[in-house]
Amino acid sequence: MQLARVIGTVVATVKNEALEGRKLLVVQTLNKDLKSIGKPMVAVDAIGAGVGELVFWCRGKEASFPFKREDTPTDCTIIGIVDSDAHVTNGSTKSARQVMDDSR
Amino acid sequence: MILAKVVGNVVASQKNQRYENARVMLCQQITPEGEETAYTVLALDSVDAGVGDTVLIVQEGWGASTAATGKPQAAIDSAIVGVVDYVDLLKDE
Repeated sequence: MQLARVIGTVVATVKNEALEGRKLLVVQTLNKDLKSIGKPMVAVDAIGAGVGELVFWCRGKEASFPFKREDTPTDCTIIGIVDSDAHVTNGSTKSARQVMDDSR
Repeated sequence: MILAKVVGNVVASQKNQRYENARVMLCQQITPEGEETAYTVLALDSVDAGVGDTVLIVQEGWGASTAATGKPQAAIDSAIVGVVDYVDLLKDE
């Protein structure tokens, strides 16, 4: 599982029937400092994510488990939306809690 | 899944049984902006994609195998599962 930013959507009319009705999003994987690493990928949405949101995704066969149709062909599925950038605690930046405390 | 452009196909008379009646396509990965990258990959076609099409490729054995042949446990690690109409990208960044 890795953190990623949703940077776009993909529209595909002709697709595998198990993907019918699924949202396809372009995700850019991020490192712990929320900087881009590697090439963007296309992920199937299982959680209701939108463009611009910070999410995390799961790879491998396990990526098809969130769907009722377990034959859904996916190797990258968005399985969580991070509340905000400040909700990522990585040891070097301030956590959401610290930001709240500082603003008091 | 990765975005790729179909650049051709591969004909192999001698191949694994599970590949019967399958089309093996040669694909080149592209960025969401449409620029070609150095990575090329062979993928089984499950949606009747043609040369020049932008496609979605699943690179996970179980999903690729079920999408392309209908059953798991074939020696397949990449399958074309969709033909892309267009990619809508966030403006900045």
